[in-house]
Amino acid sequence: MTDAAIAKGADLLGALVAGMRDGGVEVVDLTHTLSPDFPVMVLPPEFGQCQPFRIEEVSRYDSRGPGWYWNNISMSEHAGTHFDAPAHWISGRNLTDGTVDSIPPEKLIGPAVVLDFSKESAADEDFLLTRAHIEEWEARHGRIEAGTWVLFRTDWSKHLGTAKYLNLREDGAHSPGPDSDAMEFLVKERGIIGFGTETVGTDSGQGSHLSPPYPAHYILHGNGRYGLQCLASLDRLPPRGAVIFAAPLKIRHGSGSPLRVLALVPADGKARKS
Amino acid sequence: MTTPIAPPPRKDPQKVTRPPELPPIQRSRASLELSAMAARGVFALQHCELCGTIAYPPRDACPKCLSINLRFRPVDDGGEVIAETRVHTTPDLYFRQRMPWRVGTVRLDCGPSVVAHLHGDVEVLSRVRMTAKLDKSGNAVMMALPAQETENMADDVQYRELTASPKHRRALVTDGRSAVGQAVAAALSKAGASIIFVGIAEPWKPFPGEKELAAIPKVEIMPLDITDTTSVTELCGEIGGKTDILVNTADYVRPGGLLAPGSVVTARDAFDVNVFGLQRLAQAFGPGMRARGADGTNSAAALVDILPVYALANIPSFGFYSASAAARHSLLQCLRAELRPGGVRVLSVFTGPLEDDWRQHVPPPKVQPSQIARAVVTALEEGIEETFVGDVAKDVAERFLDDPKVLERELGL
Repeated sequence: MTDAAIAKGADLLGALVAGMRDGGVEVVDLTHTLSPDFPVMVLPPEFGQCQPFRIEEVSRYDSRGPGWYWNNISMSEHAGTHFDAPAHWISGRNLTDGTVDSIPPEKLIGPAVVLDFSKESAADEDFLLTRAHIEEWEARHGRIEAGTWVLFRTDWSKHLGTAKYLNLREDGAHSPGPDSDAMEFLVKERGIIGFGTETVGTDSGQGSHLSPPYPAHYILHGNGRYGLQCLASLDRLPPRGAVIFAAPLKIRHGSGSPLRVLALVPADGKARKS
Repeated sequence: MTTPIAPPPRKDPQKVTRPPELPPIQRSRASLELSAMAARGVFALQHCELCGTIAYPPRDACPKCLSINLRFRPVDDGGEVIAETRVHTTPDLYFRQRMPWRVGTVRLDCGPSVVAHLHGDVEVLSRVRMTAKLDKSGNAVMMALPAQETENMADDVQYRELTASPKHRRALVTDGRSAVGQAVAAALSKAGASIIFVGIAEPWKPFPGEKELAAIPKVEIMPLDITDTTSVTELCGEIGGKTDILVNTADYVRPGGLLAPGSVVTARDAFDVNVFGLQRLAQAFGPGMRARGADGTNSAAALVDILPVYALANIPSFGFYSASAAARHSLLQCLRAELRPGGVRVLSVFTGPLEDDWRQHVPPPKVQPSQIARAVVTALEEGIEETFVGDVAKDVAERFLDDPKVLERELGL
């Protein structure tokens, strides 16, 4: 690293801090509140289940602890707004750096693009994002660069609190997600770092019936990429130009973790206070 | 005939809720066995194994031959009332709130003459059916009922003290997603409960019987997840002051023993529902119910828990499930003592294996949800503390009383 690069780095960080202070850079929280009534992935009952978030009060300025308030919490690594590491899926089981504790920290901060398919998802609850959709998006917004987080906006987070969020029926869940050709394209031809969704998983509700089953999980994690799900407020991000901070808890050999996802957004972009 | 009790008026918010008092508590050790029999709904008296004398009240030696070999065994419950008296005043804190009180002398067909509470429809010099029931202190008392069923018989005020009748009471059924919860809700509705709150966890997940459940008269669907302390506390905040009967129908059943892979996760899930779920319910609703044990016609009356009979002995094919049931059984014993000062009963309904998805590989006989629902209502209407539903449960209970060690070996084959 050259002296010039070091000096430039200091300038850049100074500019970022100034931007955040004077309002040129906004911070958008892409995280849902972790609460016991936040739905988790539903699997056939004979499989192990994803434990929802639970909280037990240890003391609250009372006989159990007169001067302090604290809780014990428990949950699955995949509850609430959460991060999927490559080792989460069988396709990524043999990769190095596949668990949350070994992911290099520089990979936890990166640029993000937002693919807005909220209208399509409103019209079709089983909407599948295809390679053609992404190419059409690139024609309007430019090529997706390597190392980018691709965030799939469906406005599905707005269904939280209603049955529509999981949208379970006798034949399973119904929610939008990517088709396998979209994932192949993003991972192999665009070199994205990860894929983020507003739904309970990176895959569509009916993703088990695609080929391969759960293509987002299978292709992302098989190639050492990451997943983010249960994101909120994607409607406050511009199509390009946001930087997101998505650092999971450093759980030894962990497959993922709930986390706080923050986006830095240029204030002259499309960030809107909701 | 008994005058039917009227639906109680709404509670006057300016009136102090009457604190519960209990009938006399102290009993001899010998008479605790009479209470144990009454707890299971059995009318039994001491038999002398040596000379055959039937003794009452319970004692340590035969009144005729002085043998100490006395055993409680079921007896013929027929008898005749030969005298009555109506008590109008007493210093006893419990009875003075309930004066006048009718008692009488009954000559039992099996021998002894006993002093017993008299049902309002019992006339003097008439045939009666004698029962032993638990009073609000959890002690057996004798009550003479008309030999033949009379109209509105269960509404007799003295009789109602010995039961936890759902009539005009407000009940909470904790798990409406299950077939058992739905059957219990329907049975309580039929038995005259004025409201049946039915808890539904994770309402975003559809479940079979959803529409039918909502259509049961008097049913009100409430959000309730007994694995979530916040959810239990919030519901109690809403309805805790008017929950007179709580029926815990939640049960997490999974096959597998101690050596099954990943069993810690399954075991935790089982304990979270079956043990800590009961704990959360008790901690939230218990204190309020205990304080409302004498709150008029719709006083708090009972907490019912439906649990597998393998609480008494482990069946290794459902090893953790049995362990969670044993813990549950133990907690119920604790809770029974803790709720007693309020005159609130804790009723255990032990069941044999249910006909459900998790027990398809278990050979019959199986228990149907409707059988359990009937047993719950009977337990409430008759104040029975321990009920065993289905042939398997009855058999296990019998063997348990005989020798738990033999039962362990038998279930472990």
